[in-house]
Amino acid sequence: MNLLLIPLLPFATFLLLGIFGRKYLSPVAGIIGTSSLLVSALLSLQAAYSYFIQHTGEVYTSIVAWKMTWLPFSQDVSIDIGFMLDPISVMMLVVVTVVSLMVHIYSLGYMKGEERFATYYAFLSLFTFSMLGLVVSVNIFQIYMFWELVGVSSFLLIGFYFNKPSAVAASKKAFIVTRFADLGFLIGILILSYHAHTLDFTTLIQRLTASDSTYLTSAIGSSFLGLSALTWGLVLVFMGGAGKSAMFPLHIWLPDAMEGPTPVSALIHAATMVVAGVFLVARLFPIYAISCPGALELVMWTGAISAMFAAVIACTQTDIKRVLAYSTMSQIGYMMFALGVAGYGGENGLGFTASMFHLFTHAFFKALLFLGAGAVIHMIHSNEMKDMGGLRKSMPVTHITFLIACLAIAGIPPFAGFFSKEEILSAAWNANKAIYYIALITAGITAFYMFRLYYNIFWSKEAKHDSHIHDEHSHGEGTLTMKIPLLILSIGAIAAGFIPFGNFVSSDGHHLHLPFEIANAIMPIGVAIAGILMATALYKNENDKSDKIVAALSGIYKGAYHKFYIDEIYLFVTKKILFNLIGRPAAWIDKNIVDGAMNGIASLVMWKANLIKSIQSGKVQDYALYFYIGVFGLAILAIYLVK
Amino acid sequence: MSGIPLTHIIIVSSLLFFIGAYGFLTRRNLIAMLMSVELMLNSVNINFIAFNKYLFPDNLDGLVYTVFIIAIAAAEAAVAIAIIINLFRNTRSIDAEDADQLKN
Repeated sequence: MNLLLIPLLPFATFLLLGIFGRKYLSPVAGIIGTSSLLVSALLSLQAAYSYFIQHTGEVYTSIVAWKMTWLPFSQDVSIDIGFMLDPISVMMLVVVTVVSLMVHIYSLGYMKGEERFATYYAFLSLFTFSMLGLVVSVNIFQIYMFWELVGVSSFLLIGFYFNKPSAVAASKKAFIVTRFADLGFLIGILILSYHAHTLDFTTLIQRLTASDSTYLTSAIGSSFLGLSALTWGLVLVFMGGAGKSAMFPLHIWLPDAMEGPTPVSALIHAATMVVAGVFLVARLFPIYAISCPGALELVMWTGAISAMFAAVIACTQTDIKRVLAYSTMSQIGYMMFALGVAGYGGENGLGFTASMFHLFTHAFFKALLFLGAGAVIHMIHSNEMKDMGGLRKSMPVTHITFLIACLAIAGIPPFAGFFSKEEILSAAWNANKAIYYIALITAGITAFYMFRLYYNIFWSKEAKHDSHIHDEHSHGEGTLTMKIPLLILSIGAIAAGFIPFGNFVSSDGHHLHLPFEIANAIMPIGVAIAGILMATALYKNENDKSDKIVAALSGIYKGAYHKFYIDEIYLFVTKKILFNLIGRPAAWIDKNIVDGAMNGIASLVMWKANLIKSIQSGKVQDYALYFYIGVFGLAILAIYLVK
Repeated sequence: MSGIPLTHIIIVSSLLFFIGAYGFLTRRNLIAMLMSVELMLNSVNINFIAFNKYLFPDNLDGLVYTVFIIAIAAAEAAVAIAIIINLFRNTRSIDAEDADQLKN
């Protein structure tokens, strides 16, 4: 039952703070939220310890710790609520609770004095709860429900500053875009469960992977528009995952989601929400890998294109949170194509392990980057690079931890990102050379834009803000509660790479020895160092070299600065095409024909009613007269008809 | 008595009834309307008595009914006057035109 407490504690906190928070618990809301999450995190670590370390035997099996039939449709098909332990869900439990705990601690300082402090913590708890429920799902419908809960809680958090119109727009955008993608997910679920006659994950995977199963033949046999039902199902499920994970072209919500409080961005980008899509594909990975390599190829290309695309955009953005947002999209792209190049079982499963490994390490350094950026924003009161510069002396802790995170994401050994990225690259090398080169170039660009960010914040212009900061805003680098998470996460960003990840997580549960060859590592390290050196040359000191390059590449730069006009394309498609061709005619029909019919009936009734109304004069003698008339009428009837 | 034909008596009672009906519809004073109702009731009483006497002289049914009607008319008058008094308390008037709250 300890296990159940892991998701239930944040849920209880959400209820407590959501109902009583604002009135009674405002001063202690942060403490309540943080301590309940601390217990959750400790329980998850304990669960991970007993699952991975105290484990005996060769294979990690999935254990259903608790299960309840919630909504039975028939004997086979039922929606269950349960708690499943397998390598990826246990790993995710640890990642989600630890990163969320860091965000909780950090928010104690960051959100201090906020009017809706308790509400904020309630939403954070809800977010954590939904993500925890998602990762332990036993049933594809359970995962869908928690998936939507994640969507709702991200909507609430992104729109936390609801009096800011841009935040409201961003939260709506995030919700609508991911909802649109979830439509695909839902249809995918229906297709898969229709053919497999089950919603349960274990049974579903079993039925759709065994080569002699009748369910699989039925799913492959029926086709629509030239693709089999199985492919359609998996592609549509991936569409849901791509929406949540901000894969091209459904990524447009992610940069705008920066309108939320910065710790929330850290939570969304590192541990919850965006990795949900990767998790979903990983959860159904056997089906993708064994039965439908075509769908997996789509995953691969989507991931690779997103990784490259986002990295290019990230080089041009000036809002530091947006740079980080695009870097998240790029790294998630890495995880996706790593899944895409993987096969099922044994050595082929390297990509799967690498993807999960990268998810794990990325959670640490991305949370660290966002929390560090939060500290900078907290001090400067601006998101723009041009307002920063030379902060390395006034914010030593933030500076060092941010540097560690940048090195980790750039893939410099011995930091965590190096190891996972290395595995992804060797998986790509084994499977598909084109993907390998895309990934390699992206790695170089990543190093470049991360260090562009780093130099712009901490070096570049020499501390021109110092005096003005000390005068007006004396809170300096931030409270202790803001520094502790940075330090803890930087330990993770340094050390997480040394975990022998292949021993724990692999596509089929067997131990996988991760190959590590110096020869393979030279290229990525070289590219990363080249990127860093380029950034150093351009941005370490204030100079006009970067402006010259921008001028030389003006076309590409402008395109990337405007995010390749994807938002504008969406607006064009929705506003010009959908609204004009479908929306307006539909509105016209609704207003004139549907409403018109209703209004017509209503006014007819009113007209009749007005005619009849005058009979009810309220005068007793009129009624008496009607009564007489009635009696006479009856009398005449009686005389002439009855007789 | 026996020289008067039944038709004459019916004519009288009809006249009485229609005078009552006319009064009920035209008088605006509630007391006058009540009196008109009494006229109508009594025209019916006359009918009962007359038909009993002329058609079934051996039975007493018509007489019994008449007694009942007189008793009920008394009760009805009491109730009606109570209503009129209450109405007067509310509207300070016993004009039927003024009691039109049920309009429309």
